[in-house]
Amino acid sequence: MNTTTTTVPRSRHVSVPSLDTMAAWLLAIIWVFPLLYAFWAAFHPSEFMVSFELFAPLTLENFADAWTQAPFARYYLNTFALVTGVVFAQFVVCTLAAFAFARFPVPGKNVLFMLVLIQLFVFPEVLIVENYRIASGLGLIDTITGIGLPYVASAFGIFLLRQTFKTIPRELEDAARIEGCNWLEILWKVYVPLAKPTYLAYGLVSISHHWNNFLWPLVVTNSVESRPLTVGLGVFSAPETGVNWATVSAATLLSIAPLLVAFLLFQRQFVQSFLRAGIR
Amino acid sequence: MTLTAHGKLQLYGALLLLPAAVLLAAFAYLPTIMTVINSLFLPGFRGEPAEFVGVENYQVLFDDPTFWKVARNNLLYALGTIPTSIALALGMALFVNGKLPGRGFVRMAYFTPTILPMIAAANIWMFFYAPQIGLFNSLLEALGFSGVNWLGNPSVALGSVIVMSVWKEAGFFMIFYLAALQSIPPELKEAADLEGTGRWSFFWRVTFPLLMPTTLFVLINALINAVRVVDHLFILTKGGPNNATNLLLYYVYENAFSFFDRTTAATITVVILLVLAVVATLKFTILDRRTHYQ
Repeated sequence: MNTTTTTVPRSRHVSVPSLDTMAAWLLAIIWVFPLLYAFWAAFHPSEFMVSFELFAPLTLENFADAWTQAPFARYYLNTFALVTGVVFAQFVVCTLAAFAFARFPVPGKNVLFMLVLIQLFVFPEVLIVENYRIASGLGLIDTITGIGLPYVASAFGIFLLRQTFKTIPRELEDAARIEGCNWLEILWKVYVPLAKPTYLAYGLVSISHHWNNFLWPLVVTNSVESRPLTVGLGVFSAPETGVNWATVSAATLLSIAPLLVAFLLFQRQFVQSFLRAGIR
Repeated sequence: MTLTAHGKLQLYGALLLLPAAVLLAAFAYLPTIMTVINSLFLPGFRGEPAEFVGVENYQVLFDDPTFWKVARNNLLYALGTIPTSIALALGMALFVNGKLPGRGFVRMAYFTPTILPMIAAANIWMFFYAPQIGLFNSLLEALGFSGVNWLGNPSVALGSVIVMSVWKEAGFFMIFYLAALQSIPPELKEAADLEGTGRWSFFWRVTFPLLMPTTLFVLINALINAVRVVDHLFILTKGGPNNATNLLLYYVYENAFSFFDRTTAATITVVILLVLAVVATLKFTILDRRTHYQ
C-alpha cells in the first residue's frame, strides 16, 4: 500500500513548466503532504517524527503498538457491521418509499415528499440530545443498531431513488404486469435492476459517510463492544491520554486504510458517485 | 369492504411509505418537536413535573456571553472556511480541467482529504499544530523563529481550525466545479480566442457566470457543513482555549453530555435549527427555481 509512488508522465522534450502547472503542483503537494506525513510518522521510530532523514529506519512497531493498545480488531468489526447494516437497511426502506413516491397515488404525496426533504437539513447529529433520549427509550444505547437506525430513512436516498424510478418508462412496468407480476415483483424485477447505477452511487456515498461518522456514534456508544473505528480512534488518540504520536499516526492509518485503499482502487467510481449524489 | 382499484393503489402506496415514515417520525420530526418543547420548559427537581417558562430559557441563553462568543466563533468559522474553500475548489477545478502533466495525480491529491474521517484528519493536523514537537514549530525553530501556540493561543486557535477544515473540504467542492466546467461547450472558448479575449476576462465574463448554479449549490453545502461538522474539535481543541474555538453544535454536546444541562442544549439546538431553516429556504427558493421535483 503506497500512495506516494504514482509516477508522473514526463514530457519527452524538456520544457519549462508553465506558471499554472507549477501552481497546480505546488497546491497538490501541499494537499497530499499531511497524508504523506502521517505515513512517515507511522512507519518510522518516534525520534524521526520531525527529523527527516532519507534513510531513517523503517518499522512496523507503531502498528503493532496501536493494535495491542486498543481493540482495533473489534472496532473494525463494529464499523463493518454498522456500515453493511445501514446501507442494506437504507436500500430497503428508501427503495420502498421512493417507489411509492414515484408510482403510487398516495394522497398528499407532494406535501409528504417535502416533509421527507426536511431531513436533508435536520440530521440526526443536530438532534443529538433528543435522539439520545429516544434511542435510550428504545433500549438502543450502546448498540450498533442504535448508531445506524436514525440514518436508515434517508431523505437523500429516497430522493435519489425516486428521481431514478421516475425516469423508467411505464411500458416496462406494463409489460411485466401482463406477464403476471405483482407490485413487489415489478419493483424487484424492473425498477431495482434499472436503478443499479443509483444504488452504486448512493451506496458508496453512504459507506464513506458512515465509515467516517463520529458525533452521533460517540454519543450513543459507551463501550468497546459497539464503538466504531472513528470513535475508537478518537478515544485512543485524545491528546490527554498521552499516547505516543507515532502510535497515534499508525492507529490513524489503520482506521482510514480500508476506505483509502478502496478509494485509490476505484477513484473514478467514488468521484462519480459523489457527483451523482450531489447534483440532485 | 371492497376497495376500488384506485383505493387499493393508495393503500399499497401508504404501506410502502410506512417504514420510512415511522423512522423519520422517530428520529427527525419527533425529536425536532421535543427539542422545541423542551426549550420552553424547566425540568422539575426530584420528579416534579417540568415547569412551563415560555421564552425564559432563550432570555437566559441570550444573556450568556459564552453563547454569543460561540455564535460569533461559528460565524467567523463560516466566513473563514466557506469563501476560501470555494475559491480553492474553483482554482483546483480549473487546474485539473486544463492541460496538466500528471493530472490524475493532482486530482487525486486534491480529492483525497474528502474521504478521510474528520477525526483522522484532525489527528494528522495535530502533528503539525502541537506546541513543542509539532512540525510547524519545529520548522519555525529551525528557521530561527519562535514557535506559535497554534491551538493554545486564543487569537490563533480558530484560524488553525479553519485552515484544517479548508484542507478537508476544498477537494470535495472541486469535483462539482470540475463537472460543471466539463459541461461548458468548448465553442465558447474558441469564439473567445478568435475575438482575442484574454484568459482573465474570459473567466470573469463567461466561465464564472456559467458556474453560478454550481457555486450556489456548493455554498449551500458549505453552509450546512459549517454548522454540522464539529468532529475535529474533539481532537484539536475541545472548544478551548476558553471557548475560543467552540462552535454551536459542540456547545450543544458540551451542555448535554458534559454539563448535563439538557434545557440549555435544547435551546441552542433550536437556534441551530433556525439557522438550518434559513439555509433550507435559501436552497428551495434560490437554487431550485430551475429544478423540478416532479
